[in-house]
Amino acid sequence: MTATMEATEKRSPLAGLAHLAKARETGIAIALIAVIVAATLVNPTFLFSADGFRDLLLTPSILMVTAVGVGVVIITGNVDLSVGSVVGLVAYMTGRLFIAFPDINPFFVFLAGLAAGGLLGLINGSLVAFGKVPAMVITLGTLYIYRGINVAWAGSDRINASDMPASFLALGTQDILGIPVLTIIAVVVLVVAAWYLRNLRSGRELYAMGSDADAAHLYGLKVTRNVIAAFVVCGALAGMAGVLFAARYGTVSSNAGYGWELQAIGSAVIGGIAISGGVGTVWGAAIGAYLLLTINRALPIIGIQDFWQRAVVGILIIGAIVLDRVLAVRQHRRLVESREGVK
Amino acid sequence: MSAAAISLTDQPAREYKAYQHPLWRRLLFNREAAFIGLLVLVLVWASLFVDNFASPLTLTYLIREIAPILFIAMPMAFIIITEEIDLSVASTLGLASVITGLGVQAGWPLPLAGGAAILVGVIAGVINGSLVTFVGLPSLAVTIGTLALFRGIAVGLLGTTAISTFPDFWTDLARANIPATPIPVIIIPFLVLLAVFATVLHFTPFGRSLYTIGLNKEVASFSGINVGMTKFWLFVMSGAVSGLAGVYFTLLYNNARGDNAIGMELQIIAAVLLGGVSILGGRGAMHGVIAGVFLIGVMSSALRLAGVTSDIINIIVGTVLIVSVVSASFLAWVRTKRIAAIGRKKGQAGSSGESA
Repeated sequence: MTATMEATEKRSPLAGLAHLAKARETGIAIALIAVIVAATLVNPTFLFSADGFRDLLLTPSILMVTAVGVGVVIITGNVDLSVGSVVGLVAYMTGRLFIAFPDINPFFVFLAGLAAGGLLGLINGSLVAFGKVPAMVITLGTLYIYRGINVAWAGSDRINASDMPASFLALGTQDILGIPVLTIIAVVVLVVAAWYLRNLRSGRELYAMGSDADAAHLYGLKVTRNVIAAFVVCGALAGMAGVLFAARYGTVSSNAGYGWELQAIGSAVIGGIAISGGVGTVWGAAIGAYLLLTINRALPIIGIQDFWQRAVVGILIIGAIVLDRVLAVRQHRRLVESREGVK
Repeated sequence: MSAAAISLTDQPAREYKAYQHPLWRRLLFNREAAFIGLLVLVLVWASLFVDNFASPLTLTYLIREIAPILFIAMPMAFIIITEEIDLSVASTLGLASVITGLGVQAGWPLPLAGGAAILVGVIAGVINGSLVTFVGLPSLAVTIGTLALFRGIAVGLLGTTAISTFPDFWTDLARANIPATPIPVIIIPFLVLLAVFATVLHFTPFGRSLYTIGLNKEVASFSGINVGMTKFWLFVMSGAVSGLAGVYFTLLYNNARGDNAIGMELQIIAAVLLGGVSILGGRGAMHGVIAGVFLIGVMSSALRLAGVTSDIINIIVGTVLIVSVVSASFLAWVRTKRIAAIGRKKGQAGSSGESA
């Protein structure tokens, strides 16, 4: 809740800069820049070529959208393990929509993807909120169910690029002023989500619930409604990621998005969102997603076999949570000291 | 003050027995019994209506296939009862599989390679346990990290190659049945471990302390339970058993690969939760866990024989998992309503009428 207090204070631009320098997200951003610089020094085309620059921005965009959604849910003190299955299911649905209605406007497909994802999220949220069951169990169940529906629907069938109109696929390849459209969409999502969580009352309520759900309930916050809303947002963003997945890759088989749930949660954790809720920003989750996938691409260039990339990701996640813990302990000690000092 | 004490001692001694439900009710009306009942129903249904299900070969394959899950489900139940979780078990299994393979490739005899693999499992558990206990991190976040780390090391060590040159004696043993039965030999070490785990959980102070930790860590700590070290040893145990399961997995399929048993952690957790262990900690029993693993295994095997594809099985497993937890919370809600209604009727919140 410190951010609320800071937001209401009048601060000079310099203080804002100091705040930015101390922010948890800055550390991750510096790590990301270091990875990019290291890879670029070894192979300049990593950054300084049209393709390299594009890939750098484009590859993590879809995971970023998913990670922002998962971040919102984790901030409320819950977790959503089903996002990977939602991404896959909506991506396949996107393809089927184009096959069923070849002349459909891609914009409506986009909306349909959002709605379908939101509906799947609504199922998760309702079960968690009304069933009073931990989100971990419910979303583990829906992870299996949504993936099962996807495989049952698709079978060994696959959506190919030729099934989708060129105007839709262009979404995945086009760019505006050298910046890929997908990245622009992802950043817009990020900015809206970050602004909402930081500045709006209902956004702050999500943090309050994550810090202490019982206290939030006693205070009069509508915990049930907010939990459902968070899951709907998460599902809708995963649905959006599914549509973008179809646009970006052109082929969608029944294992699209497999294992993304752990990547998305990993991104959020790397970015400083506490798994127990109430701490962190979606900015962190987004930068975490960028770092995760950029490392994957940078490792072979730096000369580490890409087989090791998962190990590096693991070390990154553990390093991030250990760092958060150390920072929290130091903060606690400082607060205790300042309290003793006043006495 | 003294008068009250005297009147208390004058009454006949209040015994716990007089206030609890009869033993048969406590044994039959609980989640574990419900799932064992469901398991029996599925078994009867499958034997009657699914061709080839009631054959010895089905039983052999069923037990072989679920053996790794059976093994790991036991320490996993311990961990979930203390309100922690270990997502890294399948990665540890994969890493142990790779170590077994590399050991054999380097010319080690299999017991040495297997021992090294179990040792690596123990080290994996020590890493998890240290981060949870000594650094004080939430186990969900820690084991998401080590899930990636251990799997990454396994894949990094072996790349895309696979090792499948294991001594015939050991691979045959992994697939052997107990003579004159369709039951694989692996059931023997499983039953030994089960006896140990069940005894520890239900009949030792250590086992009972796990429930206390799961229900309330502060209470556990003030009762003289070393909460941190208990958790540490549970993670070490989970790593060791996952390592053992990795050796078995390798020999059973005669194959050491970095991506062995990928995604199995979720199957194991689903089975444990299905068996009545609460993810909130403090609740669960060994027979329920075993029933949960068998329930998923038998359902998958029967449906596969009935020609249902694996995706439908996933849908069913997911649905059963959700229904089981939501129904538990629904029943709890009904019970509170009922007790409240009784209380209103009697004009008191008394429990004396309840026990009669």
